[in-house]
Amino acid sequence: MAILEVRGVAKHFGGFSALNGIDLATREGEFLTIVGPSGCGKTTLMRVIAGLEKPTAGAVLLNGKVVTPLPPRARNIAMVFQSYALYPHMSVADNIAFPLKARRVPKAERERRIRWAAGVLGIGALLHRRPARLSGGEKQKVALARAIVRKPSLFIFDEPLSSLDAQVRAMARAELRQLHDRTGVTTVYVTHDQIEAVGLGDRVAVMQAGALRQIGSPQELYYEPANTFVAGFIGTPPMNLLKHAGATVGFRPEHAMPRAAVPQFKDVATFQVCITRVEFLGSEWLAYGTVDGEFGNAKVLCKLREEAIGKVKVGEVQEFVVPRAQLRFFDKETGRRTVPAPV
Amino acid sequence: MRNETVLGGGAAGGYEEPSQCSEHVAIADRDGVVGTIMLAPAVIYVIALVAVPFFLAIALSLSDATVGNPSAHQFVGFDNFTSVIYEAAFTFALRNSIIITAATLVLLTVLTILQVELLACDFPGKRTAQILLILPWAMPVALAAIGWLWLLDSEFSPIDWLLRAVGLLGPGTVLGPANNLYYLGREWLGIGAVVVINVWRTLPLSTIIVLAGRTAIPNEVYEQAELDGAGYFRTLFQITLPALAILLIVAILFTVLVIFGDMTVVALTTRGGPGYATEILPYWAYLKGIQGGALSQGAAIALFLFPVLLAASVLALRMAYRREG
Repeated sequence: MAILEVRGVAKHFGGFSALNGIDLATREGEFLTIVGPSGCGKTTLMRVIAGLEKPTAGAVLLNGKVVTPLPPRARNIAMVFQSYALYPHMSVADNIAFPLKARRVPKAERERRIRWAAGVLGIGALLHRRPARLSGGEKQKVALARAIVRKPSLFIFDEPLSSLDAQVRAMARAELRQLHDRTGVTTVYVTHDQIEAVGLGDRVAVMQAGALRQIGSPQELYYEPANTFVAGFIGTPPMNLLKHAGATVGFRPEHAMPRAAVPQFKDVATFQVCITRVEFLGSEWLAYGTVDGEFGNAKVLCKLREEAIGKVKVGEVQEFVVPRAQLRFFDKETGRRTVPAPV
Repeated sequence: MRNETVLGGGAAGGYEEPSQCSEHVAIADRDGVVGTIMLAPAVIYVIALVAVPFFLAIALSLSDATVGNPSAHQFVGFDNFTSVIYEAAFTFALRNSIIITAATLVLLTVLTILQVELLACDFPGKRTAQILLILPWAMPVALAAIGWLWLLDSEFSPIDWLLRAVGLLGPGTVLGPANNLYYLGREWLGIGAVVVINVWRTLPLSTIIVLAGRTAIPNEVYEQAELDGAGYFRTLFQITLPALAILLIVAILFTVLVIFGDMTVVALTTRGGPGYATEILPYWAYLKGIQGGALSQGAAIALFLFPVLLAASVLALRMAYRREG
């Protein structure tokens, strides 16, 4: 049974349409990431799911029941804000106890659950401290402890890693995923960082301008993008998209190579590329160039291994090849994925 | 202390002391001088209008000065204080000062919290409400007094009119056989009237101070509390009030300072009557010292206010600094 279901949810703020009919269903216990650029509506969608905003149209269902008219506290959802929203005048223990006290959980059971949550997050030593005396990472753990202590039906995370230092972030990402695997609670994770989204999610939902552009596993989104937006948003560096007579052609930077480096490849499409600049990335090189001919000087990016870089002549027009199986075609007007066209 | 680098070894031979700056530094750039000049007016003001009268009051209270003979240097010890204490009015004045201030504080706290909670939400007409709420404080007290004198009039009070209209006042009703409540002519009604006017006057200031703190609480904390399942009162008592505690205390202490030493409301309404029933220390000091002419005794009465005002000021400043620290 889908824990969370969103049916036709739309949200308008005056004349501005933040959400345009979103349909979504999670699988039980899954870690779903929602990703998109600023202003795409992911935060609004999250707030509608939590009950902090009422949708203009559509319904939200939890565990099969319609919860749209219900206030947040009746939905049994735990949420972690980007700022963690810890209660500043309470100790860590009281912060964690707050949702239990609000639901009148008896003291003994409360103490047991606080100890359990603190143990899971490793913050047992911090129970008597105030939020002002915690580091960013510690605050995040307290916010997480407060969220799990209730055993909710759904977790919602709103960019929980953006307030952390870059060094701490990678560790925190792994710990967050481990926490999910340990508790098994369905999780919705909202972020603007597509690397995070793809790295963490069982499934990823890509949003743009209030609409859901594609939802699927990270591999599906990477190899089979449904439209040019997803193709250009997922993956670093993004997919090369070249406008052609019949359609828009796309290929990933790592699939383009100089012909001279792979003479044995058959069934390839050829492009006349002039490389203008190469950058050393460590394990690979990044080659910036332009494609001549029918693609009209479009810019391309290629990711090349050490072996291939030797065959690149900067400043000259060279033949580059992409295996036909790696080409993706999109409709020129709508941007949607279409059948292969001759190139 | 400037950070100085100690150069080892080469000091003897390699390092030359730069010559002193010989350019004239303008007065505006000399921090010590500018600071003193800027502070001077305020310091002079405080000394001239606060410190000097204060010490003068102490001197007067220990002498036998009168309005007719204000420069008497006769030292009479604590005679003024003892004679004041033995007067009948003293018990009333002290009791009333304390009761009125305490009652004002309690009512003020409750109403401030109510108003702040109200103003923290958005509602149509909020701008108008904000303007109306600040009017009592912005209004000149003489004008306010006229309004209140009408409201509390012994014949034409609109409050009485309303009470009569709903059948709570008049012959055979709850509030007594008379057709009017003589607010300013009865002991406890008079004290009550003074308390109400005090609260009405100081509520805006108190609300503004506390509202500033309330709007500083991030909205996300309230959303989190909602998600955690907290209802209105739990949020109020466990989140809002602890966050506002220090500000509330500062607002209340400032109110104590204003109310305890204030004589305008009593002077314009009950005038301490009937008899001494609604007398308060500052008004009695005025009556005795200025109107009655016994300067030294007036000063002595006024000095009874000092311990409470000193304690309140010290506490208020401590609390205010704690917030910044």
